[in-house]
Amino acid sequence: MTPVQKLGNVDAKKRTSQKIAFGFFSFLSYSVVAILFVILGFIIIQGASVISWDFLTQAPEDGMTAGGIFPAIVGTIYLVIGSSIVSFPIGIMSGIYMNEYATNGKIIRFIRVMTNNLSGVPSVVFGLFGMALFVNTMGFGDSILAGSLTLGLLSLPLIIRTTEEALKSIDDSFRHGSLALGATKLQTIQKVILPMAFPNIITGLILSIGRISGETAPILFTVAAYFLPQLPTSIFDQCMALPYHLYVISTSGTDIEASRGMAYGTALVLIAIVLIVNLLANALRGYFAKKVKMN
Amino acid sequence: MIKINAKNVDFYYGNFHALKGISMEIEANTSVAFIGPSGCGKSTFLRLFNRMNDLIPGTKMDGQILIDERDIYAKSEKVDQLRKNVGMVFQKPNPFPKTIFENVAYGLRVNGVTDQSYIEETVIKTLKQVVLWEEVKDKLKESAFALSGGQQQRLCIARALAISPSILLMDEPTSALDPISTGKIEDLIHELKQEYTIVIVTHNMQQAARVSDKTGYFYLGDLIEYDETRKIFTNPEKESTQNYITGRFG
Repeated sequence: MTPVQKLGNVDAKKRTSQKIAFGFFSFLSYSVVAILFVILGFIIIQGASVISWDFLTQAPEDGMTAGGIFPAIVGTIYLVIGSSIVSFPIGIMSGIYMNEYATNGKIIRFIRVMTNNLSGVPSVVFGLFGMALFVNTMGFGDSILAGSLTLGLLSLPLIIRTTEEALKSIDDSFRHGSLALGATKLQTIQKVILPMAFPNIITGLILSIGRISGETAPILFTVAAYFLPQLPTSIFDQCMALPYHLYVISTSGTDIEASRGMAYGTALVLIAIVLIVNLLANALRGYFAKKVKMN
Repeated sequence: MIKINAKNVDFYYGNFHALKGISMEIEANTSVAFIGPSGCGKSTFLRLFNRMNDLIPGTKMDGQILIDERDIYAKSEKVDQLRKNVGMVFQKPNPFPKTIFENVAYGLRVNGVTDQSYIEETVIKTLKQVVLWEEVKDKLKESAFALSGGQQQRLCIARALAISPSILLMDEPTSALDPISTGKIEDLIHELKQEYTIVIVTHNMQQAARVSDKTGYFYLGDLIEYDETRKIFTNPEKESTQNYITGRFG
């Protein structure tokens, strides 16, 4: 009987340690969620009172202590669109090349290491680079064009990577099935592989939009205006942007105390835009995942 | 008439010598089975006929393969043209994530057919040819993924036939299927060999005996014996063949 007794004790002990371990793990993961909710709650409580139709549709007034943030919202939307025009095609095409065409292992590895390094470059360095190249050397000045190009470069690594991963997850049997019917590689990619990878590629694109809309440093030296009540009329104009506006009225506004509420309101709008974009991403992803099977 | 003529074919995966000087003649409108233990080179040899091995990096081929007396590894040979003429069915059914109709139409579309009524005719004709029409005629617009494994495999055969190849390669086409679906595909092979030259790789000895006119037995990269199926299964020349087909392999 003794050995059985002993086994029983060990059993109870390992179950206890399992419980403690997983209890701890789950506590940590719930804390992460809790932190997110605390941040969201804080911003909502502080910012909700300033949100109004006027706040969303009017330009700042009285040294940015009153009025709205309309030019900053529009500016951020312009920059997201502009940088997407730059980064989506380049990023997706590079990702396709890396996963579908490039056969030389050394070159692929080299490009991949470099892309990873690029994604590790601090965003303020991108800002400096953008200022040196686009604003000064190419002579675009502080403009939506220069800002979009800079933000586009910043988001390239993420888009290349997610495109590559999306393509990699598609089984070779689909490629072989298509090639065996006399399709070319390009036809195979266009008609079979890309539609299948599309839901995951979209996710990468939207994530990059989320990131772009919150970036401050890259637009600091390339496009963002401290205060610009009228809307930009061409891609060579400066514009305001939400993250930079938030930075300005929190640190160097005319009256920081007076614009505190405005700051929280701005933060709330920024977070709301990012959240909406993410929800949209999930919806689109589900839609395309369904659609691809039916075509 | 000799349809496929392999002359002294060697094949390497990197340093691994996978096929050792194989020569074989396959006559038109017959069906030929390749048998042998896993890793013997039978699938590798099959995939040389539509140059699917080109897709594997680090491989090398020596020797010649002629189809209709043309060297398919000649520099001037267009590989997409070749694959139009030499269809292939894979081990695992691999329909595209498209509708049943579009799966069969795919080969036509990528080969430049735009005449919608011709496409429709061909899709219906080939679905009837693989005896799938009755089962799918009301759901041509539904996803091919909704079909059973056996139906998917017949759809893949239809997909291959739609572009009117003259050769059909089948790489263990029933190994993922249940006995009833397997039976249907075997019946189909009987029908198809009237019009097509069929080369089938199989691990199932009875299947080889049932569907093929000639059988080639491969072992460790060599073609040990290639003869009338009846002869291979009743009175093989080589002891190794005898051992394999009687299951006394070792």
